[in-house]
Amino acid sequence: MSELDIVGPQLAILLAAGAVLVWDALLPSRRQYLPYIALAGILGAAIWTSTWVIRGDFQTAFDGTFAIDQYAVFFQYVFAGITAIVVIASIDWVDRVGRRQSEYFALVLTASAGLMFLAGARDLITIFLALELSSIPQYILAGWGKDQRSSEAGMKYLLLGAIASALLLYGMALLYGFAGSTLLTDISAAISNSGADNRSLLVVASILLIAGFGFKMAVVPFQMWVPDVYQGAPTPVAAFLSVGSKAAAFAVVMRLFFEGLGEQFLSNDWAMIFAVIAAVSMTLGNVLAIVQRDIKRMLGYSSIAQAGNFMIGLAAISILGEHFVQGASGVLLFVAAYAFTNLGAFIAVIGISQRIGSDDIADYAGMWRRAPLLALALAICLISLAGIPPTAGFWAKLYVFNAGIQADLAWLVIIGVLNSVISAYYYLAVVRQMFLGEAEEEQRLAISPTVGLALGVATVGVIVFGIIPTPLVDAAREAAAIFAVS
Amino acid sequence: MLTLEHFLTVGALLFCLGLVIALSKRNAIGVLMGIELMLNSVNITLVAFSRFSDGFAGAAQPIAGHAFVAFIITVAAAEAAVALALAVAVYRSRQTVEVDQLDLLKL
Repeated sequence: MSELDIVGPQLAILLAAGAVLVWDALLPSRRQYLPYIALAGILGAAIWTSTWVIRGDFQTAFDGTFAIDQYAVFFQYVFAGITAIVVIASIDWVDRVGRRQSEYFALVLTASAGLMFLAGARDLITIFLALELSSIPQYILAGWGKDQRSSEAGMKYLLLGAIASALLLYGMALLYGFAGSTLLTDISAAISNSGADNRSLLVVASILLIAGFGFKMAVVPFQMWVPDVYQGAPTPVAAFLSVGSKAAAFAVVMRLFFEGLGEQFLSNDWAMIFAVIAAVSMTLGNVLAIVQRDIKRMLGYSSIAQAGNFMIGLAAISILGEHFVQGASGVLLFVAAYAFTNLGAFIAVIGISQRIGSDDIADYAGMWRRAPLLALALAICLISLAGIPPTAGFWAKLYVFNAGIQADLAWLVIIGVLNSVISAYYYLAVVRQMFLGEAEEEQRLAISPTVGLALGVATVGVIVFGIIPTPLVDAAREAAAIFAVS
Repeated sequence: MLTLEHFLTVGALLFCLGLVIALSKRNAIGVLMGIELMLNSVNITLVAFSRFSDGFAGAAQPIAGHAFVAFIITVAAAEAAVALALAVAVYRSRQTVEVDQLDLLKL
């Protein structure tokens, strides 16, 4: 019983996924309550997570394969927040699509449960299963739309995702062969016992692991699916996978590399690999984003660049050694800030594009007069993505860059700052288009209340944490503290 | 006599073969077959490590390799089901599953 208590938040969400399906089968005429059942499940998960925070009695379950600790709790809150905002923002869209509403919410919830399992997974098998539990529903969701573009996006996402999982699995198999165990703690013990033997096996395994997770994080050179999938997938789904799977991949990479492989293994060479990936991702993502005309595609390239910013934090962690916590808390802060900012931007795109029937940035001209609140919210989110104060994105970048400086990666931080300037150019180009551009029509756009609510929550989060970042910074620092002991 | 190296070599060769197929095939079903090959080479590797685990330091969980394989087979089946469903959806609207003809998503 006590072990089920530990995975309670995930069970609450899976239960809600089942309840949504059953409700639709039994009461098809009361379909409008489906999102509320989903939200109840997410709320249940958040409350259950909170009871663990209050109990403060963090522990592992199922023979150490799953842990609830500050780190897992931090990510569970982030994922609960992401899923709740996505569900609220989807209500309007799902209603218009009209078919298979319960399956949509059930798949979103299942994917969300997978993300939450990833947050606490401490075993290779658990990591793999949680990753697939979140990925397979996302493949289906990407192909959910009725048009050809959507099924094309789903197909591309699935094929490339499956290749990435195969690479990941081969890396895990080699790691298992090295350590004789799938538990991260055993692996780290085996590495510190082994000295210099079989180092090459470990190197190959880690490269395969980086390749597999690099796909989920969407860093160069594993980024080619991102723009296509973001453009083709239905916008609420694109919002979900742009933040959900990316945050989860960083969560599990930090656990795997810094708890599993550990300090004995990580060295400056690894930091260099991370640093080079970071530099290339930022530069390529930002340069390609400039020329995009489709806003979802632009956000796709910008998310590749943002992943590069996360990688600065990872590179810093690998170098810092015992100062792990500083880099790790920077990455965690970035995850939380990025999640709400990017969600906000995507939801504003849902609100605007649904009404004007176009994703073209040119059609956003004069949006300030047609939908002032949507335009303002989108502007705030874009400013936060660019890392301009007073937004959450500013603090996130500040902390990650600071970790980079502490780790003597000044060159990388300079590239990061230059890239922020480039990114500000195309983010602000959209803002300029909305506020100064001439609208072709003057007709006001109606905002659906649910989209407005989701957007409001995300934007207020961006602003509030931009003005008072301390609670978020403290939470990130506490969550990162678990690495200090190991 | 069969040693661990034999199994690992077969696994590595199959994996590379699968990767090449997955990256070079133009037909989506062909790509899927390449992926299946990669996953099964992982299975061979895991079972081999599990069977010969006494050669390794620690070897805390010799049976975990077998358990892992069971999960991989299950997940691969689920993934294939979704992939084929998507292939049908794409084929219905485009009359093709050639990956290089899926080019609606462009700048």
